[in-house]
Amino acid sequence: MIECKNLTKTYRNGDVETQALRGVSFHIKKGEFVAIIGPSGSGKSTLMSILGALDTPTGGTYFLDDREVSTLDDDELSEVRHKKIGFVFQSFNLLPRTTVLRNVMLPLLYTDTSEKEREARAIEALRYAGMEEGKLYSLSNQLSGGQMQRVAIARALINRPAIILADEPTGNLDTKTSQVVMRTFQKLNSEGHTIILITHEMEIAQYAKRIISIRDGLIEKDIFV
Amino acid sequence: MIITDILKEVFWSLSANKMRSGLTVLGIVIGIASVITMVSIGQGAKTSIEANIEAIGSNLIIITPGAQRGAAVSQGRGSAQTLIADDATAIRSEVQGIKALAPDTSRRYQITAKGKNTNTQVIGTVPEYLTVRNISMDIGSFFNERQIKTSEKVAVLGPSARDDLFGIHANPVGQTIRIGSSDFAIIGITKTKGGSGFSNPDNAVYVPITTVQHFLSGDEFLSSISVAAKDQGSMLAVQQQIETLLLRRHNITDKTQADFSILNQNDIISTASSITGTFTILLSSIAGISLLVGGIGIMNMMLTTVTERTREIGLRKAVGVKKRYINLQFLAEAIMLTVIGGVVGVVLGWLASLAVSRFAGLTTEVALSSVVMAFGVAAAVGIIFGFYPARRAANLSPIEALRYE
Repeated sequence: MIECKNLTKTYRNGDVETQALRGVSFHIKKGEFVAIIGPSGSGKSTLMSILGALDTPTGGTYFLDDREVSTLDDDELSEVRHKKIGFVFQSFNLLPRTTVLRNVMLPLLYTDTSEKEREARAIEALRYAGMEEGKLYSLSNQLSGGQMQRVAIARALINRPAIILADEPTGNLDTKTSQVVMRTFQKLNSEGHTIILITHEMEIAQYAKRIISIRDGLIEKDIFV
Repeated sequence: MIITDILKEVFWSLSANKMRSGLTVLGIVIGIASVITMVSIGQGAKTSIEANIEAIGSNLIIITPGAQRGAAVSQGRGSAQTLIADDATAIRSEVQGIKALAPDTSRRYQITAKGKNTNTQVIGTVPEYLTVRNISMDIGSFFNERQIKTSEKVAVLGPSARDDLFGIHANPVGQTIRIGSSDFAIIGITKTKGGSGFSNPDNAVYVPITTVQHFLSGDEFLSSISVAAKDQGSMLAVQQQIETLLLRRHNITDKTQADFSILNQNDIISTASSITGTFTILLSSIAGISLLVGGIGIMNMMLTTVTERTREIGLRKAVGVKKRYINLQFLAEAIMLTVIGGVVGVVLGWLASLAVSRFAGLTTEVALSSVVMAFGVAAAVGIIFGFYPARRAANLSPIEALRYE
């Protein structure tokens, strides 16, 4: 499902060149739960951006569902993100002062999906994400951290994406809530979702079935737990 | 689907930030309303002054005596006694293109009637005065040629003079008033005409010119001669003929030494127009400043709004919303804000103009050009500063936009 070959990424800031990725290759199959782990500056965020079609690599190839993503233009990348990828961010990134329902329905904006179906799918996604019932019309700023992250997970699920990309999803949560969120990911994985988790905490990475360690832009270890 | 989605998004995002949207709209409203009101006051003043001047008469030329020159001291224009009834007769018989002509001799007198008294202008003139000065009768009639010949002691009152002497809307025809030491029978009341800026025809008493000469002033000198030209095109020719004729009659060879002056209504109008034009420019520049300040306010608000929402734009991009829909949404938001602000501003400015004319007694006139200009500037500022930064944010990579602090 995901096939990366020799991915490189170079950032240029004036005369200074930074090599964030120096040739990364791996496969991820459907239904896997992979944690990409590494200290800050290791290149894991860059890798996440490329896997999430938020950015394109400087070199190498990236196939997602047999489609070459590394050469797409801005609109095509949007299309890929829209159809194939569900994001969960560290800082939740919910729309401020907006209801839970509307936040979850955001990815369905400007599509042909009817209002009725949007709502039905949002409610279904919220149930999958373990969000308690009766909070549909609460405003995003009235939720607890754990609730916000579950809304974000529901938002990632609504388009039934091929992969869910979670970037430090527990970074802003306490230990107990982190466990709840990670169990949610495990449950989703057991239901067949492919999940890629980016983290710097080994403890969190332990929830995954496979751990890829990155250091200095290269894969250090790739182990199945 | 897309259009309803955009409209819904616009509605939600504007109503989610009511305070911010409200303040942005307020900036636009104030800018537009102040421009419209200020310009309407200026325009109204211009129109009403012009109308007042027109109301004095149509195609009017007024000849007044010049300064009285003694050995070295000038007494000021109008003080001289250089115009006499024969001048008026000569103008009537020798100048071509005259429609009507009326000499008058005016002075202020204390007038009493039944215990009340007032001090007002007594105008001794001829029946043609009505034509020349566009005056019409309300009650009774004006005096006629026969009454002039016989120097009859009859008087026609202006409505204000009547109100002062007999009470508002009274009909005093048949009663008498005392001017100086003579009693005059009232034979008519003129219609209200409104102030003309120079003298108020409503607050005057009209009597036959010969009566004034015989019983009040005791001399033959005229205060002015009013001439109505046949049409606007002949005014200049009439004015020149009168000047030549009077110079000859008064034995003056040097024009600059003329002992009379001729005032052309067009000159008064153009002078007044230039004054009110200056006035309008003054008001418009004040309004322009408020529009500028309003514009900067809109700009500020829009820039803050968009900067604040860079992360939101990043999120929208991350979940796969295409750039053009993000652009469209922000453009629609900017348009919505400026349209709401614009419409409210126009209505408010218009209401303010009405209020000014109602409560401050100034005539106002809402000019379409000021509405268009104010609306255009506000809309342009709002749309440029709402759309341009949003476009820039939409062009950022989603990661950069998401990390934006």
